[in-house]
Amino acid sequence: MNQPIRASVLALAVAALTAACGPEQAQHTPTAQVAAGDAGFADTFRTRLLDAKDGDVIEVPAGRYTFDRSLTLRVDGVTIRGAGPDKSVLSFKGQKAGAEGLLVNASRFTLENIAIEDSKGDGLKVNEGEHITIRNVRVEWTGGPSTKNGAYGLYPVKTRNVLIENSVAIGASDAGIYVGQSRDVIVRNSRAEFNVAGIEIENTVNADVYDNVATNNTGGILVFNMPALSQQGGAIRVFKNKVFKNNTANFGAKGTPVSSVPAGSGMVVNSNDDVEIFDNDISDNATTNIIVSSVYSTGYKDDKAAKDFDPYPERISIYGNRLSGGGDSPDGLDLKALKTAIYGLSGHFPDVLWDGYANKDRKEGPQICIRDVSGVVNADGPGGYKNPSQDTKPYACELPKLPAIDLKRG
Amino acid sequence: MRYVFAVAMSLLVAGCGKPSADIAPQAAPQAVNIAADSPWPAVHFFADGQPADLAEWNLLRVADGRLRLNRDVLPYDLNTALFSDYAHKLRTVWMPKGQAAQFDAQREFDFPVGTIFSKTFYYPRGEGDTVLRSADDGPDLAGGGLQLSKVRLIETRLLVRRQDGWIALPYVWNAEQTQARLMRGGELVSLQLLASDGSREQAQYTVPDQNQCAGCHGTDMKSKALHPLGPRARHLNRDFAYDDGAANQLAHWTKVGYLHGAPEPASAPRDANWRDPDAPLEARARAYLDINCGHCHSPTGPGNTSGLWLDASTQEPLRLGRCKLPIAAGKGTGDRRHDIVPGKPDESILTYRMVSDDPSVMMPELGRSVVHAEGVQLIRDWIAAQQGTCG
Repeated sequence: MNQPIRASVLALAVAALTAACGPEQAQHTPTAQVAAGDAGFADTFRTRLLDAKDGDVIEVPAGRYTFDRSLTLRVDGVTIRGAGPDKSVLSFKGQKAGAEGLLVNASRFTLENIAIEDSKGDGLKVNEGEHITIRNVRVEWTGGPSTKNGAYGLYPVKTRNVLIENSVAIGASDAGIYVGQSRDVIVRNSRAEFNVAGIEIENTVNADVYDNVATNNTGGILVFNMPALSQQGGAIRVFKNKVFKNNTANFGAKGTPVSSVPAGSGMVVNSNDDVEIFDNDISDNATTNIIVSSVYSTGYKDDKAAKDFDPYPERISIYGNRLSGGGDSPDGLDLKALKTAIYGLSGHFPDVLWDGYANKDRKEGPQICIRDVSGVVNADGPGGYKNPSQDTKPYACELPKLPAIDLKRG
Repeated sequence: MRYVFAVAMSLLVAGCGKPSADIAPQAAPQAVNIAADSPWPAVHFFADGQPADLAEWNLLRVADGRLRLNRDVLPYDLNTALFSDYAHKLRTVWMPKGQAAQFDAQREFDFPVGTIFSKTFYYPRGEGDTVLRSADDGPDLAGGGLQLSKVRLIETRLLVRRQDGWIALPYVWNAEQTQARLMRGGELVSLQLLASDGSREQAQYTVPDQNQCAGCHGTDMKSKALHPLGPRARHLNRDFAYDDGAANQLAHWTKVGYLHGAPEPASAPRDANWRDPDAPLEARARAYLDINCGHCHSPTGPGNTSGLWLDASTQEPLRLGRCKLPIAAGKGTGDRRHDIVPGKPDESILTYRMVSDDPSVMMPELGRSVVHAEGVQLIRDWIAAQQGTCG
């Protein structure tokens, strides 16, 4: 056997070995096969969006309707209603123009009983509006996880009074259900699978996230804050969710905030204040079930980008969750090394991993209060991960409960 | 049964559009050879409705092999214009008799009800079915209008100032170039662009649907009102080759009674021409970003969600993208970390999005299907010239 061939065989063997070392990757199978609907309806639908009046209900009959350009709605008070998320499909497979499937700039908007598939960019983007309802909607990239997929499935941004329920998001290359820069939000009874981030609440104030299922994502449920935006988020409650086996390899583009999320993260709180995590079932997330971190751990160490930005997570309350498994196969060399250093080759991280970044000038400390977990490891990020600590005493504190979100919808 | 009903309903609704205020135009008109000097009725401002045929407005007409402008329909040009797949643009403005716009140094002028802007997108013809991939040096109106044998007309967009605000109307030209019909749902037009070196490139030219017009012209997400983008002091403050010689546009608009309150051109703001080698690089780049990106990427525009503002009035380096983290760019980051990395165009997200023709990555999101190589070069040069590092 000559040298180059031997080398390549060896490389292949190593690659195969390495690939087999990660947690088992679940496979995505497309949710629904829907037969094409009336070909003329696509044009009719576009015209109805143009001519929509406040109070209109635009019905989408059963069938798959294909669009090569994105759709836009700009009129308040419109409902778009399909015959069901596995019956009425707006398909953007082969889309040639437009950065979304459906783009909405309107208030009192409802989208229900419908699917949006394979858009080039975001599935549904609602930019600026109040009283938004997304109900029984499926957004899916039918080929499964791929960096080529659109960034966000359901994406309300700069919105107020938002209800997302009974919906499904599959295959987004950034976040399946993503609420950004919004206020007064409920995300419930929904499922996020095979996305980089399953459900992500970013720079949002007052959100309740409950009764959802997040599985087979890279990270299950994320509460994030990013610098240089219109508002900082806070007052987020995450409860009664099932967050398990979020072990899909990170397929987000580098440079995106979520690309730094290690595969196998159950819940991640990043640079956000006032977050309450309770009564969830969290299990088998291979890096660790819960991560609390600062923007410094997302690969950004640039203070200049954050003049008036508070990078530290503070007043975080974690209690009464049912946790099991996980932490056994962290993603990334740093975390692997850290785990091995503390817990040995066959050991695993405890339920909670904190990167350890805190505001030294805050006399009450970060107020990260954690109960009912197998343990907490402070990774000592500021110290270059040299002196991680397993002392749980710093987290023995209690914070006032956050109020429930009331969307005042009667 | 329900399905049949829904289709019937939608047909019914589709038939409910407002009829045009005039009689319906002929579906397929014969190319009539109108003499250029035959009498031409005055421009018709429709206070409501959406005329199906561009000709109903009497702004432009096809006569003697040219696309001609009605009297008082004033052509104009911009210092630095939006890139639209290398399309050339014939821009016109018309205002009702005795009405004038009120000058504003920064914002759009206050235009009277009845103002009609038109923008005709066309390409110089190349061999066979191709159109030329060439820079737009302004419309050649010598001889009384665009010579139709030399150009391929794609669409004419109107922006009309009515009592309750501006309305956008996209009209698409037929292959014979005899008629442009209202195409509210927009359209994709496949084009072969022929470059000066003989290379060819496929463009999927997008005629926007009416809602997409707002993607650019709806510069305030809260008010949702449409606004003209080009007709502002800094864009208009330049010379135009009128029939009776070159003159500054602000001065000429004032002279013909279309503009009140404008200062001497020398005292009005003026954007650089992005192709002017004598203008400073900074001014050219900022002018380019302003007209191509600033309508969305401003404190009030649809792109404000990104925290990146590229309009003329923004000065803070972080806001302009310097060392700024992407927010919701998805794969639009191109695996790069900051919008602009000083001195490093190949590490900057801004250039990555400009060299992409993937609808989910490229910027601007609308109105472009091919890469503006010359614009990319300008922004690359601008980033390359920036000093410092990102933390």
